[in-house]
Amino acid sequence: MITLLLTISLVGSNMDTILKQGVVFQVRAEITEDPTIANSFASSDEFEDFVQDQIDQRIKILGLDEPWYSPQRIGLTMYKILLLDFGQATFLTSDAGSTDVKDIILEKLPRTILLFTTATIIISVIGIFLGALSGSKVGSAIDRVTSSFAIISSSFPVWWIGMLMIFLFAFVYQIFPARATPSIPSSDPDYIVSLLYHMALPLITIVMIGFGAWAYLVRNFMVGIMQEDFITSKKIMGISKKKIIYTHALKNAAPPIVTILALSLSGSLGGAIITEAVFDWPGMGRLYFEAITVMDLPIIIGATYILTVFFLISIFIADLLYGYFDPRVRTG
Amino acid sequence: MSSISPGEIKNEFVRSKMGIAGISILVILITISVVAIIAIPSETFSEWNNPGNWISYPKVAIPGWVNLFLIEKIPEHQILEKPIKKIEVSGDISAVSHQFRLNFNYDDFPNDFIYEFSAQYSGAPLLEISVIRPDGIRLDLLSTSLPNSNTDTIHTERIFSTDESIRKKLFLQSDKFDFSLDKLSSEDIVFSNSESNTPLKGNYNFVINLYGVNSQNQIPDSTLIVGGKAFGVMGTDELRRDLAIGLLWGTPLALFIGIVVAIASVVMGLLYGVYAGYRGKKTDEAMMRFNDVIYALPALPFLIILSVTISNSIFLMIGFLTIFGWVGIAKVSRSMALQIKTRGYIDAAEIMGQKKSKIILRHILPQLLPYAFASVAISVPAAITTEAGLSFLGLGDPSFPTWGQILHDANVYGAASRGLWWWIMPPGMMIAITGLAFVFIGNALDVIVNPKLRR
Repeated sequence: MITLLLTISLVGSNMDTILKQGVVFQVRAEITEDPTIANSFASSDEFEDFVQDQIDQRIKILGLDEPWYSPQRIGLTMYKILLLDFGQATFLTSDAGSTDVKDIILEKLPRTILLFTTATIIISVIGIFLGALSGSKVGSAIDRVTSSFAIISSSFPVWWIGMLMIFLFAFVYQIFPARATPSIPSSDPDYIVSLLYHMALPLITIVMIGFGAWAYLVRNFMVGIMQEDFITSKKIMGISKKKIIYTHALKNAAPPIVTILALSLSGSLGGAIITEAVFDWPGMGRLYFEAITVMDLPIIIGATYILTVFFLISIFIADLLYGYFDPRVRTG
Repeated sequence: MSSISPGEIKNEFVRSKMGIAGISILVILITISVVAIIAIPSETFSEWNNPGNWISYPKVAIPGWVNLFLIEKIPEHQILEKPIKKIEVSGDISAVSHQFRLNFNYDDFPNDFIYEFSAQYSGAPLLEISVIRPDGIRLDLLSTSLPNSNTDTIHTERIFSTDESIRKKLFLQSDKFDFSLDKLSSEDIVFSNSESNTPLKGNYNFVINLYGVNSQNQIPDSTLIVGGKAFGVMGTDELRRDLAIGLLWGTPLALFIGIVVAIASVVMGLLYGVYAGYRGKKTDEAMMRFNDVIYALPALPFLIILSVTISNSIFLMIGFLTIFGWVGIAKVSRSMALQIKTRGYIDAAEIMGQKKSKIILRHILPQLLPYAFASVAISVPAAITTEAGLSFLGLGDPSFPTWGQILHDANVYGAASRGLWWWIMPPGMMIAITGLAFVFIGNALDVIVNPKLRR
């Protein structure tokens, strides 16, 4: 909750400007739409005064004359947000045409979960196994390949790889479609198949770039653990290496891995703004970007809120799991 | 943490292959930036977004060197600026004649041809354009009179091959060709074999004659552009811009952004963290909570909000990137400062009554310098990719051509699905290579500085 309050207060002044700009824009648009108003003024100064007057009035009605940090406004905003009432979006609509922020977010969120959360899970599974494997055989070929792949892939922007993938698989070899949005309506029974088909290219890209870093991380944990005494003693006891790696060592590496997994899962809900822009994937990231570019305030707040809440929940779950995997941190 | 002398660091660094690779890439990049700054006048890059500046360049032309690998040569874009000039005077009539010799050795027709000139004349002179082809056939392309003027004037015009009068003129000479000229564009006719509609290779001679009664007539500027599908080292984009210039200029910009952001955030984080760690207690607690708050903020959405609402100037962008860059460094340097604080010589310095600022600057900070260098190198790629990402979303500073912006334009014009690889590959490669250089250097330093990673 504190995080949210801080988030709001940090963006508050910005948002206020956005809102005021929105009002100015709206008023101007309304006035210029009706040429008779403009014609009824003698000089342009007078006209400007009138416009300014209108803007001030509008700002007063909306309560924007008070600064954003006034307790009344913050309280009201927080109360509304707590009740999951984000209000109506100013510009954007959901595919079904609803302007309710809740509808819009509920429509975009599953798509992002479908793509990014799937990708994150695949990445972490591949990453953990590769990392465990290379961590147990330090200096081997597989370790070197994984490490260098991790380093190299970390310096490539994902969205650029995305563009290359579109070029390769949508243009040179026409296997996958370039745009990730299915063209058939969602009521069609083939919709899911088409969606999965459109999902393939972004999914491959994200997994390709992502798992290297994961493997590298897990490897570094494993390297530390494999040098510990209890592993050595297990080896002496004659327990097979596979069993040591996957049950004993990995369990000890679990706490940090779980934390990172929880964080990246909740982070994946936000999608990646740029990746979604490249693949034209209609998820949260693109919603966020569109909302910011047209300054659709309720959506920005709503999306930030949802993401913050997920973030907090996942940190909480990670903490619980931490205790489960590592009894040492349990207190009381 | 053990203190390592600079000499040791240097020795170890020279021994690591990764560090050497990183340094050599960096040296190449710096050379490129120096070349870019010296060789390309800064006017060119400030004209980057001015379409008028690029009008004589071809649209989406493939890089010229591709022809080396192809059997069927793609016509290269040629800008001929130095005609052979002749002036003949016979009686009252003077004829200014410009001849362009063009070696056309490609297996495809050119895109178009444009004659760009400014003529100085009085009266209404007659402009005639004709071409003598390799097979000896002479084709008349145009004869038109320039606008009448009683005084001495300068008339500037561009004559395009799509001009309707050129087409008509060519249709009148259709007996020279064995095939129907219907629906063919003028350049497909002019550069075609007479038997079938395939490109005719050889030396073409474009003759431009200006007939007038005034012997003072002349054509000061005269350029023939044969629009090809290949151009330059890096090709051009949809807006006819020479990508080589954009890529060259992107190098110093990216290095500047990356290095400034990295140094600024490391210095900030270092001072903040060390101060918090050294003071300890409530100051430490308060400073670290503030640190946590910024740490929990989602960086990219905030950067977008900031650049949309405040400004997208490149210098402010550097500031914004710094705001989100220093947090992690502050955390690490605080814990390092906590360790160093317990050492005897700090106590000794305190007992001697040295000022706190002096203790921090003289005794604690120097210990952290190796770590600081490593983190500078590691933060650079992040700064570069973030800036590129923002530019890619169209939020970059439009007055500077950065790599991210080139990719943004590429994405807007659908370069990936149209197969314009030369528009996508080089900028991304440059970003990746620059990133790699710093990651290599950073990792090499990290291994030396962090004894934990050593084996």
